[in-house]
Amino acid sequence: MHDWVLSLAIFTPLIGVVIIMLTPKENETLVKSIALLTTLVTAGFGGYILKNFDYDRTKTLQFGVNKQWIEIIGSRYHVGIDGLSLPLLILSMFICILCVIYSWDHFPEPHNPKAFLALILILETGMNGTFIAEDLILFFVFFELVLLPMYFMIGVWGGANRQYASIKFFLFTLFGSALMILGFLALYFRAGHTFDIPTLVQNASTMLPHNSQLWIFGALFMGFAIKVPMFPFHTWLPDAHTEAPTVGSVILAAILLKLGTYGFVRIALPVLPDAAHSFAWFIGLLAVIGIIYGALGCLAQKDLKRLIAFSSVAHMGFVMLGIATLTSFGINAAMFGMVAHGLITGMLFFVAGSIGERYGTREMSRLGGLLVQAPKLGWILGFCAMASLGLPGLAGFWGEFPAILSAFNPAAGLSVVLFRWYMVIASIGTVFAAGYLLWMFQRVAFGEPRDEFAHAHIHDLHTPEWIAWTPMLLGIVALGVFPALMFKLTDGAVQQIGHSLAMVAR
Amino acid sequence: MLLNQFLFLAAVLFCTGIYGVLARKNGVLVLMSVELILNAVNLNLVAFGAFNQSVAGQVFALFVIAIAAAEVGVGLAIVLLIYRNRKSVDLTGIDALKG
Amino acid sequence: MLDHAYLIPLTPVVSFVLILFFGKRFPSKGSFIGVLALVACFVMSLVLAGQWISRDKTIETLHHATPAQLRAVEKTGHEPASNDAGGEEREYKRAPVVHETTWFENGPLKIKAGTLVDGLSVALLVVVSTISLLVHIFSTEYMRDDRRKTHYFAALSLFTSGMFILVTSSNTLQMIFGWEMMGLCSFMLIGHWWESQDNSNAALKAFFTTRTGDIGLLVGISMLFWLAGNTFDIGRINSMALSGRIDQGLLTAAACALLVAVIGKSAQFPLHTWLPDAMAGPTPVSALIHAATMVVAGVFLIARLYGVFWQGFHIGAGDGYTPVAMVGGVTVLIAAALAFVQTDIKKVLAYSTVSQLGYMVMALGVGAWTAAIFHLFTHAFFKACLFLGAGSVSHSGSHHSFDMKKDMGGLKKYMPVTFWTFTIASAALAGLPPFAGFFSKDEILVGASENGYKLFLYVGLIGAGMTAAYMTRCIYLTFFGEPRGAAAHHHPHESPIAITGPLVFLAILSVVAGFAQAPIFGIEAFSDIVEPAYVTNVVSHHGFFGILAGLGILAAVIGGVSAYTVYFLNRGPRGLLDRNRAAHAGYAFLANKYYLDDLYTDGVVGSIKGPIARAAYWFNQNILDGIVNGAAAIALATGRFSYNVIDQKIVDGAVNGLGISAEAGGGALRTVQTGKVQQYAAILFGALVIFAVALWRLT
Repeated sequence: MHDWVLSLAIFTPLIGVVIIMLTPKENETLVKSIALLTTLVTAGFGGYILKNFDYDRTKTLQFGVNKQWIEIIGSRYHVGIDGLSLPLLILSMFICILCVIYSWDHFPEPHNPKAFLALILILETGMNGTFIAEDLILFFVFFELVLLPMYFMIGVWGGANRQYASIKFFLFTLFGSALMILGFLALYFRAGHTFDIPTLVQNASTMLPHNSQLWIFGALFMGFAIKVPMFPFHTWLPDAHTEAPTVGSVILAAILLKLGTYGFVRIALPVLPDAAHSFAWFIGLLAVIGIIYGALGCLAQKDLKRLIAFSSVAHMGFVMLGIATLTSFGINAAMFGMVAHGLITGMLFFVAGSIGERYGTREMSRLGGLLVQAPKLGWILGFCAMASLGLPGLAGFWGEFPAILSAFNPAAGLSVVLFRWYMVIASIGTVFAAGYLLWMFQRVAFGEPRDEFAHAHIHDLHTPEWIAWTPMLLGIVALGVFPALMFKLTDGAVQQIGHSLAMVAR
Repeated sequence: MLLNQFLFLAAVLFCTGIYGVLARKNGVLVLMSVELILNAVNLNLVAFGAFNQSVAGQVFALFVIAIAAAEVGVGLAIVLLIYRNRKSVDLTGIDALKG
Repeated sequence: MLDHAYLIPLTPVVSFVLILFFGKRFPSKGSFIGVLALVACFVMSLVLAGQWISRDKTIETLHHATPAQLRAVEKTGHEPASNDAGGEEREYKRAPVVHETTWFENGPLKIKAGTLVDGLSVALLVVVSTISLLVHIFSTEYMRDDRRKTHYFAALSLFTSGMFILVTSSNTLQMIFGWEMMGLCSFMLIGHWWESQDNSNAALKAFFTTRTGDIGLLVGISMLFWLAGNTFDIGRINSMALSGRIDQGLLTAAACALLVAVIGKSAQFPLHTWLPDAMAGPTPVSALIHAATMVVAGVFLIARLYGVFWQGFHIGAGDGYTPVAMVGGVTVLIAAALAFVQTDIKKVLAYSTVSQLGYMVMALGVGAWTAAIFHLFTHAFFKACLFLGAGSVSHSGSHHSFDMKKDMGGLKKYMPVTFWTFTIASAALAGLPPFAGFFSKDEILVGASENGYKLFLYVGLIGAGMTAAYMTRCIYLTFFGEPRGAAAHHHPHESPIAITGPLVFLAILSVVAGFAQAPIFGIEAFSDIVEPAYVTNVVSHHGFFGILAGLGILAAVIGGVSAYTVYFLNRGPRGLLDRNRAAHAGYAFLANKYYLDDLYTDGVVGSIKGPIARAAYWFNQNILDGIVNGAAAIALATGRFSYNVIDQKIVDGAVNGLGISAEAGGGALRTVQTGKVQQYAAILFGALVIFAVALWRLT
C-alpha cells in the first residue's frame, strides 16, 4: 500500500473512466454514482497519504516509487510526494469531488453526463499526476494530459464563442509546452542524461554554464508562464473562462493554473537557481504589471465570469511576486496563494455559474438585487468577494500579505530598491481588488432586482450546491484563521529551495 | 572493362523512364516507365559491382528486382481498381488528393 | 482574567456565529445573544481592569528589559524626559501581560499570535465593551422591527470583536486582522439597507477609502517586520525603534506609511470624506463606529506603535512641527468648519467626530500621548451619547428624519431626557468644566504648549471655540424654536427605556469620566494606569496649567456665546452689522466688547459659517470627492482603454495575427497541392536535379 498509494491516486480515475465507458448511457444515475465513487475512492487514497505522511520531514520525498519506464531515454516512472505537492494534490482531489457533486443536476448542454464526467476524471488523472511526478518526461506527459479533456470541455459544452476559446486555449498552452519540452531536452543533454528531477536539482547548477542556464530557464519560463498565466501571456484565460462550462472554469481556475506556478517552484527554481536569480527582476515586473493590469481589466468588464477571470490574472500576479522574491517567505506565500486562489476563485466561478444559470445572463448591468431574490447565494458571493480581495481571516490574505512582506526584503543579490517598488505597487493592487470586487458585488447583489427579473422565480441554493460549496467555504475560513495548516506542510520543502537559492547568491 | 557503355545505356534507360513517368497519361505506361527507371538502376548496380569485383551490387539488384515485382503487383492492382471505377486509366483526371 | 484575555475577543466571535446560524429561530431574531455576549465582555473587561490596576508595579523591571534599553537610549542623547526626579518612578510600571502561541512557522521564524494586556488595551477594552453593550441595548429597541435584524446583530458582534482583537493583539500582524474585520463590518453595517443605491455607495466608499489607507498599513507593517529584526511583536518593534538601531530614513518611511493608514481609518484630512457618508447606516452603528471602534483604531495604532512614530518623526525634538500633528491640526479646523453648514444632525456629529479625532492625532503628534488616549476615552462616552441621542430624536421625535432644519425643532418639551443628556454630552464635547471633555482637551492643550508645539495650542483653542459654537447651533435647531415638519405632525414623544437608559448612563459617564485624570485636583490615575513603559520613558509629563485651562474654557465660551447670540437671540450678522456701523467711529478700538462681538459674530462665526465653511465644503465635495471620483473614472477609462485597445487589439491582435499569418501561408502553399501524381513527380525530379547539380558544384 505504501508504495502503491500514489500510483493508485493517479490511475484510479482512469479505471473509473473505463467503467463509465462500459456503462449504458441511459442509466444516468449509475454513471453519476460511479463518477462520484471514483473521486471518493481517489480522495480516500489522498486521506491515506494525509494520515501516513511524515509531517516532520516535509522536505523529503515520501511514498516514492522509482521504476524503470522508458529505458532508452533514461526516463523513469519516478513519483513521490513532499510538502509542496501534498496540498495541491489534496486540493485537486477535493475539487474534483465537489465538481462531480455540483454537476449532479447542473449538466450543461448538450446533455451528456457520461462524456462530461469521464472528462472530469481524465482531468483528475492528469492533475494528480503532474503534482507527484518526479521525472521530467512523466511530468510533461501529465502536464499535457490535462489539455485535451479541457479542450473538449470548452469546445463541446462551452458558450457561444466556444470554438475560438477552446482552440486559443489549446494552441497557446501547447506553444508554451513546446518550448518547455525543449528546455527539458536541453537539461537532459547538457546535465547528465537524466530526466530525474531530484538528480537534476543536485547536478544541473554545477554542470551547466550560466549562459545555457539562462536559455533553458527562458524556455521553461515560457511554458510555465503561459499556464499561470502571467502578463502578457494571459489572453487565453478570459476567453477560456468565459466560454467554459461552470465546472470547467472551476477546475481551470482552481487547479490548472497552479500547474504553471507549481512548475516554477518544483522545477525551474530548484534546478536552475542561478538563472532564477537573473530572471527574478523580470518575473517580478511581469507579476506586478499583472496585478495592476488584471485589476484594470476587471474594471472594464461587463460579464461576471470574465471579471473573475481577469481577477485571476491579478491574483496569480501575487503568487508570482512571491516566487520572484526567491525567499522562503515569498515561496511559502506563493504556495499558500495557489491553494487559496484555488478555493476562492473556484468558489467564485461556482457562484457565477449558478447566477448565470438562474438568470440566463451574466451581464452585470442586467443583474441586481440578488440578495433580495436569493439571499444565501448573494451572501456567499459577498463572502467570496471578501475572501478574494484578501480580507484577513480568510484564505486570500495569506497569499497576498506575505508576498508583499517578502518583496521588501528579496533574496540576496536582487535589487532591493526595485522589489520595494514592487511591494508598493502590489499593495496598491489590493485596493484595486477591493474596488472591482465590491463594485461587482454592489451591481450584482445590492439594490432591487431589475424589472425584467422582478417576477422571475430565482431559486436559492440547491442541495448539490450546498454539499459542494460548504467544504470550500469552511476551507477558506479554516486556512484564513489557521495558516499553519498550510505553512506547516510547505515550509520544510520551501526552506530547502530557499537554501539552494541562497547558496547560489553566495 | 566497359563501364562507360553500361552507364550510358543505364542513363538512356533512366531518361526514357523519366520521360514516361512524367509525360504519359496512361497509368499502365507510367508503371512500366517506373520499371525502366528501376532497371536502369539495376544495370548501374550490377555494372559497378562487376567493376569493383564485389557481389554487393548484384545483391542489391536482386533486392530491387524483388521490390519492383512487389511494386508492380500493387501498382497494377491500383490501376485496375481505378479502371473499374472510372472506366479509364488516364492519370490526368485523377486528383482526389488536391489540397 | 489577565491570563485569559483571549476570552474577550472570542466571546463576540462566538456570538456572531451563533446569531448568524441560529439567530433567526428565536423570536428576538438573535438580538439577546448579542446583548448577553456583550454583557459578558463588559464584565470581563471590568474584572480585567480591576486586576490590572491591582497588579504589582514592580514587576516591570523584573520582566522586561525595556527600561534598561531605554535608559541607554536616553544616555545616547536622545531627548530625555524633562525632569530626572521622575526617573526613579519610571522604572516601576506594570509589566504588560503577554500570552502567545505559535501561529505558523517560516523556517526558524515563529510567527506568534496572542494577547497583550497593558494599560492601553485595558482602557480601550473598557470603553469598547461599555459603548458596545449600550449600543446593543439601544438597538434592541431602535432596530426592533428591522427586516434584517439578525444580520444587524451578527455584524454588530463581529464589529465589536474586531476592535477587541485589535486592542488586545500582541503583534502587528494580528492587528491587521482586527483592523480589517472592522472594515468589513462597517461595510456590512453602513450598507445595512442596501436596497437604496445611496447606502450601498456609502458602504463602498467607506470600505474603499479605508482600504486606500490600508496600503500604508500593509507597507508599514511589512517594513517594520524587517526593520525590527524579523518580528511582528509590538514590544520589540517599539523597543527597537526607540533604541535608535533602525535606519532613520527607513523608520521615517515606515512611520509615514502607517500615518497613511491612520489617515484612512481615522478619517483624517484629506481622507475624511467617507465618514459623513457613513451616516447612511443605522444610527446605533454610527455611535459605535464613531465613539469606540473603527475610527479610533487609527489613533490606537499610533498609540500602540508610539516608539515608531516618536523616533520616526522626532516628536520628542519639539521643533514646532510634526507630520502627525499637522494632519491632526488641519483636520481639527477643516472638519469643525464643515460642521456649521450641515442640516443633518448626524452629519454635524460626524464632522465633530472627525474634528475630535484630529485632536487625538494632533495630541499624539505633539507628544501628549496620555492626553490623546484620555481624550479618546472621554470622547467615546459623550460622542456615543450624542449619536444615540440623535437616534432617539429620529426614532421618537422626527419620524426617522435626521434633518434639523426641516423636521425638528422644539423637541425639548417632548423629549426631556433626550434633551438633557444631549446637552450634557454637548457640554462635554465643547470642553466646559466639569464635564469630561474639559479635562481631556485641557491635557492636549498643555501637551501642545509645553512640548514645543505652540502652533497646535492655537489650533486646539480655535477648534474648541468652533466646537462649542456648532454644538450650540445643533442643540438650538433640534430642541428649541418651533416644531417643524415631522416634529410638528407626528406627535413626538420620549423614547422608551431601552433608549433612554443608555443615554442616561452615558450622560453620567460624560460627567464623571473626566475625573480619572484631573491634574487640577492632583488626580493622575489615568496616566498611572494606562501609560505603558515605552511611552512613559520618552514623553514628558506636565501638571496643571491654570492659564491654559482658562484659555480653553474661554474659547469654548466665546464659541458658545456667539452661536447663542446668533441662534437663540436671533441676532444675525446683518443686524449686528447695522449697529456696528452706527457705533463704529467711537467704539472701534475702545469698546472691546463690540469689537469682540464683531470679530466673533461677523469675522469668526460669520465668515466660518459663510464663505470659509462653504468653500471648505465645496472643496470637500468638489475637489476631494472629485479627485476620488476622478480617480475612479480615470481608472475605469484606463481599464477600458487597456482592455479595448491594448488587450483586445494589440496583445490579442498579436496572437490572432500569428494564427492568421499561418493560415494565409497555408493557403498560399495549398495551390501547389494539385493532386496530380505526375506533377509531384516532376517537382521531385526537378528538386533531385537541383540537388545533384548543387552536390556536383560543391564537391
